[in-house]
Amino acid sequence: MNRIQQAFEKEGKLLNIYFTAGYPALDSTVPMLKALSKAGADLIEIGMPFSDPLADGPVIQQSSTVALQNGMNMRVLFTQLKDIRQEVPETPILLMGYLNPVMQFGVENFCREAAAAGVDGVILPDLPLDDYVDEYQETFRRYNLKPVFLITPQTAEARIRRIDELTDSFLYLVSGPGTTGGANTQAVGVQEAYFQRIEAMQLRNPRLIGFGIADKASFQQACQYAEGAIIGSALIKALDGADDAPAAAARFVSSVLN
Amino acid sequence: MTPTTYKEPTARGYYGQFGGAFIPEMLYPNVEELRSTYLTILADPEFQREYQQLLRDFVGRPTPLFEAKRLSKKYNTRIFLKREDLCHTGAHKVNNTVGQILLAQRLGKTRIIAETGAGQHGVATATVCALMGMECIVYMGSVDMERQRPNVERMRLLGAEVRPATSGSQTLKDATNEAIRDWISNPVDTHYIIGSVVGPHPYPDLVARLQAIISEEMRKQLLEKTGSELPQYVVACVGGGSNAAGAFYHFLDEPSVKLVAVEAAGHGITSGHSAATSVLGKPGIIHGSRTLLMQDEDGQITEPYSLSAGLDYPGIGPLHAYLAAEGRAQFISIEDEQALRAVAECSRLEGIIPALETAHALAALGQLGAGPDDVVVINLSGRGDKDLETYMKYADTIH
Repeated sequence: MNRIQQAFEKEGKLLNIYFTAGYPALDSTVPMLKALSKAGADLIEIGMPFSDPLADGPVIQQSSTVALQNGMNMRVLFTQLKDIRQEVPETPILLMGYLNPVMQFGVENFCREAAAAGVDGVILPDLPLDDYVDEYQETFRRYNLKPVFLITPQTAEARIRRIDELTDSFLYLVSGPGTTGGANTQAVGVQEAYFQRIEAMQLRNPRLIGFGIADKASFQQACQYAEGAIIGSALIKALDGADDAPAAAARFVSSVLN
Repeated sequence: MTPTTYKEPTARGYYGQFGGAFIPEMLYPNVEELRSTYLTILADPEFQREYQQLLRDFVGRPTPLFEAKRLSKKYNTRIFLKREDLCHTGAHKVNNTVGQILLAQRLGKTRIIAETGAGQHGVATATVCALMGMECIVYMGSVDMERQRPNVERMRLLGAEVRPATSGSQTLKDATNEAIRDWISNPVDTHYIIGSVVGPHPYPDLVARLQAIISEEMRKQLLEKTGSELPQYVVACVGGGSNAAGAFYHFLDEPSVKLVAVEAAGHGITSGHSAATSVLGKPGIIHGSRTLLMQDEDGQITEPYSLSAGLDYPGIGPLHAYLAAEGRAQFISIEDEQALRAVAECSRLEGIIPALETAHALAALGQLGAGPDDVVVINLSGRGDKDLETYMKYADTIH
């Protein structure tokens, strides 16, 4: 059983927090990870900043731009994460980003470095399923990295079943139309039929709902339809103007959970 | 092994190693719907009847193939200009938008989005949306809105909403990002009319097929004027590469025809301010397609530069990346100043003021090595009215 599966053994709902590596400062990555884990985040996604993040709204775009200006790149990130499992032994860590920086770093290099750092899963929204199977799956498996795929209200049933077969982690249910950080909060209720349809499919993997989940209320609402939810943009926003970003991140997590 | 055809991508949209559909799941249903229907719709006789009728009566096709005698004399070869500048709205872009609006109607879409660089594709999209009574939103980099103001006003006059893209270099790449994000947010009622042979499969093939009318007409017109359907050279400028794809299409599998793609070198290839993707690019992923791409060593997409808003794109269409890799097309880069001088030359020798993008193709004339018996076709992709402010600003270079 991998760390992600272990996390889902827990009683109650799971909170998955996304933050951008190298934001707000280049060396924020590790302090943020520690603070989020300690504050009670059940899973953590580290965003690998990209110049052209198509699936992301303005908040994560802006944090990515700042992180790149701070000098974040794949090599720096893996150096920062080298000893992370001594600091954060249990919490599953996933890397989320776009395919091009991974391609340029080299898939083999990327998987080797990620596995060495103790990363558990990878989310690359612009990696097509067929290309994953043909070109990436073998390498991911060799390094025991779990891919996470997105599902939307428009994803057809056969495709959802295929996605479910391709991983042993969780399914990322996009809450509704839009990029990250959008106003899907109210839409969670509207999408009830979609969430229930997925639930009724009796899939192998647990489900987390993401996009537009911003606070305790929307987190709890999403948790009615899944094993937990994912928050990204709202966390990044909570760091705005904070002198101590990890402390602000911890306060944000507490505000969602308590 | 030389392929039997350069025209057809594979079922998954690959030209060699280039192409594909690298899109987030949110776009998958839309792109898949398009992929599974576009060939059937394009082949439908009723679609073709409407498309051809609009090309004739609305766009003004066929566009003339004009023998440019004074330019021919200067370069000591036989030069023809394919007059896409005479298309309604002033450039070849409308060939694609007329086809895609008919496609969107058949897919039951009611809202159209588009990106635009120089504004030509935005105007061409706004035009067909007005024609068909469809809602139209055009994303345009704020830098481009400033340097192509007349086109912004034209789009507004046609009833389109122009939304500024304020991220990154605030040019074509960023406008495309914003259009894609809009499509992610509006997956059911919206069709995205991409303006070039870029983006996820099937867009590169779809747009190439809709622009292929250019070379289809060229062959007929050349036969009439020269006695042969095949010239020695076909020359076109390349940003994303839609006019070049259209001009090359029916010559791709004719090895005797030299295809010349002209990119923007901006201030010079080594200046750090250029858009010469075939020289400076490496394989990577931009806007859903694996192609040659200007990027740094970490895979971050770099900001291209060209004085012409239609050419400063950090990638090229996957078909062109493939033509470059296979050596099927020759790639030439032209600097801002050379292009500006070509504007003056074409204006004064032929009485035609070309668009700044097109002027890059004209500026390559001296580098072709064409002889007196050779036939050279330049795709005159657009007219220069939209660039008048730029031409006034650089009057010293031009005159």
